[in-house]
Amino acid sequence: MSDKTLERTIEHKKRSKSVELVMRLIKEKPLGTVGAVITLILLIVAIIAPLIAPYGMNDVHSLNALEGPSSKFLLGTDNLGRDLLSRVIFGARISVIVGLMSSLISTIISTFLGVLSAYIGGTFDLILQRFVDAELSIPNLLLLMIIISMVGPGLWQVILCLGISNGIGNTRMIRSLVIGLKENVYINSAVSLGASTREIIFQHILPNIMAPIIILFSMTVPWMILNEAGLSFLGFGIPPPQPSWGGMLSGSARRYMLKDPWMALWPGLALSVTVYAVNMFGDALRDLLDPRLRGGIGRYGRKIKRKGTIKSNPAAPEGESL
Amino acid sequence: MRAYIIRRLLLTIPTVFFVSLIIFFVIRAIPGSIIDKMEAEFGGGYGVTKIDIAGIKHQLGLDVPIYTQYGRWVTKIVLHGDLGTSLWKGTPVINDIKQRWPVTFELGILALLVTQIIAIPVGVYSALRQDNIGDYIARSFAIFCIAVPSFWLATLVIVYPSIWWGYTPPIMYVPFGVNPIGNLKMFILPAVVLGMSGAGGNMRLMRTMMLEVLRQDYIRTAWSKGLKERVVVMRHALKNALIPVVTMIGYQLPVLVGGAVIIENIFNLPGMGRLLTDATTSRDYPIVTAVVLIISVVLVFINLLTDLSYGFLDPRIHYR
Repeated sequence: MSDKTLERTIEHKKRSKSVELVMRLIKEKPLGTVGAVITLILLIVAIIAPLIAPYGMNDVHSLNALEGPSSKFLLGTDNLGRDLLSRVIFGARISVIVGLMSSLISTIISTFLGVLSAYIGGTFDLILQRFVDAELSIPNLLLLMIIISMVGPGLWQVILCLGISNGIGNTRMIRSLVIGLKENVYINSAVSLGASTREIIFQHILPNIMAPIIILFSMTVPWMILNEAGLSFLGFGIPPPQPSWGGMLSGSARRYMLKDPWMALWPGLALSVTVYAVNMFGDALRDLLDPRLRGGIGRYGRKIKRKGTIKSNPAAPEGESL
Repeated sequence: MRAYIIRRLLLTIPTVFFVSLIIFFVIRAIPGSIIDKMEAEFGGGYGVTKIDIAGIKHQLGLDVPIYTQYGRWVTKIVLHGDLGTSLWKGTPVINDIKQRWPVTFELGILALLVTQIIAIPVGVYSALRQDNIGDYIARSFAIFCIAVPSFWLATLVIVYPSIWWGYTPPIMYVPFGVNPIGNLKMFILPAVVLGMSGAGGNMRLMRTMMLEVLRQDYIRTAWSKGLKERVVVMRHALKNALIPVVTMIGYQLPVLVGGAVIIENIFNLPGMGRLLTDATTSRDYPIVTAVVLIISVVLVFINLLTDLSYGFLDPRIHYR
């Protein structure tokens, strides 16, 4: 087999892997598929928000303030006469940006620290883990509130604070994965063959924990979205004129909710549906990528071996059918 | 066992040290900014022409190097139990905390109770009738609990009953000792809302654990002895399935406290969470530091207790 054909085979396998994953998602996880579709819709809405929103997010129609749903304002208006539909649509942007960016930061930090802590071990591990213990003992929301009151509210502050504080806490999970992996014979043989620490981490450890990392990322996203909403609700998140779903439920809006209960309904509904969808999608992804993480009752499906090639597990009869 | 307890106790010391370090440096890390912010927000207008910067700096202990500040702060707490004094009221912080903690404590206990009352029976039922229609409903309910943020649920619970039936939850706080029924009336809604947010995860854990235990050999033995379902489930399966659920409580508490801060604000409960948000908004940093420190240290010790209780609950575990 020439190099070119080999390359093509690998390429083909890579493509078929993602296609196969989507097929299995649709076939085996109907609820996960619904979640994935809603997540996708949310992403698209966030990207093209200015195109589909009927009005600008801060356009004031003061004559129509506190109105219920009508043909002019599909979801009604708030106390300043801003169109709620437009604000919910633009609010999706905040949730998507915060959810994705802070989860990315968090996952990078927890992977970096987790691998380091597990691989170096010894005193370094002991001290770092006490630090993680400490971080986990301080309620996240309290810590975030204080940090944001220090650095001032704003989108990037919220993303960074959420990412860093959550990333330190999640270190624990990556660490335990790497510790389990370290015991494997092939790591030992790589060490005795003279592989450098960097080679072992990048070629043997990271590819093997890629699936859990992806799962961790997908599980962190809804958590971040909820945290941002909670912070904005308390007034320590995204500052007011920006439409954040959490912020839309708080502050001056609360005083008008008895007059116009629609104001209390839509942002929360958008938030809940989003968190529900991303959770369902994440759950399905976890079951498909790594059944071991299900806590004992998982079916043993296929394991991702390394660098995009899939080796089917002989113990799994359903693995052969695909 | 004793060696494990001693080791675990010793490991708590660096954890508490790091907790104090994190809280201290989060507030002091940005030099000068506290003062600048205070001056920007409170100086100038509102009749306050010029705030006493040097005075506040001295009061906060900001006029000495940072390690000396940390040293002083810790010695004061450890040796004299002095958590500092409020910047604006001038009273010792400990007085505020003494007054506020029972509210948060009661809310937390009631919320935990609600969580377990929902999670354990529904989780067990869901596992016993796996893939049944009841199981699907229960699991959807669990996801609902996870997906609906407590502050939205609380908002709905306040807004809609008031519009439909003219019902508003009581907003005047009455201590339990003075009027137990009035006190419970006030706490029941917040506790249910807060408890539901934790119920989803617990329910799912309970179901998973129960499914795992139900597949064990000793359960099959129990069935083949001809025991009734109730006995097999209650006496043999539930006991072992509950162990991880108990430890889960330890890990859930920080999230519960975060939720309590939000809930106390919505339902107007004068607890530690309210104290903290008020202090953070008014930049009363001695209160902020003290409240977060106390909550976190308490959580460190509760975690220690849950870790140790593992050994007593599960005799299969041997500590080395």
